[in-house]
Amino acid sequence: MEAVKNMAAAVPETGKRKFWTPKRKEALVGWLFLAPEIIGMLLLNVFALGFSLYLSFSKWDMLSGVSGIEWIGLGNYAELFRDPAVLEALKNNLLYTVMTVPIPIAIALVLAVIINNSVFLKSYFKVVFFIPYISSIIAIAAVWSALLHPSLGPVNQFLLQLGIDSPPKWLVDPDTSLLSIAIISTWASLGYTIIIYTAGLTNISSEIYEAADIDGATPLRKFLRITVPLLRPTTFFLLITMLIGSFKVFDIISYLTEGGPNNSSTVLVYRIYEEGFSNYDMGYASAISWLLFAIIGVITAATWKMRNEEA
Amino acid sequence: MQLLGKHLSKSILTLIMGAVSIVFLIPLIWMVSAAFKFEKDVMRFPIQWIPDNINFMYNFKAVWMGRVPFYDFYFNSLKVAIITTVLTLVISSMSAYALTKLHFRGRNLIFLALLSFMIIPDQATLIPRFLIIRWLGLYDTHAAIILMSMFSIYFTFLLRQFMMDISDEYLEAARIDGAGHLRSFASIMLPLCKPVLATVAIIKFIWTWNDYQNPLIFLMSKELYTIPLGITLFRDDYTNNYAIMMMAALSAIIPLLAVFIIMQKQVINGIALGGVKG
Repeated sequence: MEAVKNMAAAVPETGKRKFWTPKRKEALVGWLFLAPEIIGMLLLNVFALGFSLYLSFSKWDMLSGVSGIEWIGLGNYAELFRDPAVLEALKNNLLYTVMTVPIPIAIALVLAVIINNSVFLKSYFKVVFFIPYISSIIAIAAVWSALLHPSLGPVNQFLLQLGIDSPPKWLVDPDTSLLSIAIISTWASLGYTIIIYTAGLTNISSEIYEAADIDGATPLRKFLRITVPLLRPTTFFLLITMLIGSFKVFDIISYLTEGGPNNSSTVLVYRIYEEGFSNYDMGYASAISWLLFAIIGVITAATWKMRNEEA
Repeated sequence: MQLLGKHLSKSILTLIMGAVSIVFLIPLIWMVSAAFKFEKDVMRFPIQWIPDNINFMYNFKAVWMGRVPFYDFYFNSLKVAIITTVLTLVISSMSAYALTKLHFRGRNLIFLALLSFMIIPDQATLIPRFLIIRWLGLYDTHAAIILMSMFSIYFTFLLRQFMMDISDEYLEAARIDGAGHLRSFASIMLPLCKPVLATVAIIKFIWTWNDYQNPLIFLMSKELYTIPLGITLFRDDYTNNYAIMMMAALSAIIPLLAVFIIMQKQVINGIALGGVKG
């Protein structure tokens, strides 16, 4: 039908071939359909990244307008590695990663296997563990800040009753602030990890387990020899997502400790926020942003490489 | 006999896991219980899980009709989350359609570009995003938050995966009937994608509702605050009034919990889909 119409329309312009062939039309529609996403991508990714790269070599307080941008070369980057707050943030990010990636993955794996194979009411358990994940992290932080109140909080009251004389002061103690945040965010995101693992488990065919049963394999042996190896792709996915996620942590720290006390829970994103929006040092904040981006890039590349080498 | 043993061990494990799940939920149970209490009873130990003296109405009024305009935050959150969700659905489904059902040069290039931009963390472009919003004159508006969250490569890919599995025959049949691309998309493709669109909508709604970072950076006026930002006002305004804080937290969580419980299957499957295909 359309072709007929097109031909009819093309008739008056004799000699010229019609420009809007169906193929060209399809291409135009394709680009139009992609236009919003491409514009967004160009503005918020391409331009934003380029501009922040430029700013990272500059000194600028934003208030002086674009003309006030002053090129200072590598000054900001040199400063990064002398700035105790940034070094502390880097250290904290690494510690936080160690606390919030391997342990939750292990816990979630065990819980997912139990939920998937060995209990009734499977969907009840999935829902329960998932509730904190869908809840506002700020609301959750508010709850935990009451629970972890150093003198009145139920957690420490409980510890006192257990006979622990001087329980940790959690969020207000430099030694335990980061740990407290790690505990809270592990609790909040465990459901996500469990859901991803249970999805991975449904892809393992039950025949493999039946064969192992015939061979008389113990549950532990089946877990270590079948489940864990076959879940490798899922584990890789979680590893990469959670590694990156741990370097992006911000909300909960911003609400609970503002990086304190004494920078004991500060992280890179919090440094970006503070340098950019409290000190208006846009150049320096951009340099920290690029440090963060570089770290995430390296993590992504490294995990992909590991994954491809395995495969 | 063996079957009986299996059932028995399954029952025992269910009981153990049941206990674990209750312990896991203790912080939220405590929150609910505290929201019903008088302030003086909140930190009392041992914990009274079901309080003798109920102060629910007082706490409820303090949150919903008190100094902090929680009612406004609710409305703001609802507005931002709904508009963002609708726009994400439109943008991502159009992109996914073009990436799967339309054939043209450059398509794969765009796909690869999107794929590689997915690793750029929002936080790394925070400063330029802030400047873009200032230059567009959108600072301190809801439009700023919506603009920042409506593009989602993640959901584009989720929809793309789904559309790839939809046979081209449906669209060809429509084309023979004279339907243009827009009609094939809107009246053939979108209805076929209903389940995955519902999943995307719920997850996007939850994420936007809970977003803290964008409102924190792009909003200044209290009357524009969304709920997560509003909760910080309670903390500043009712220092150490935990009963009211817990009522505010409960009020923030309840609507999402309701949506989640009703649509748990879509939410959980949607989250799982991201993992399996990732």
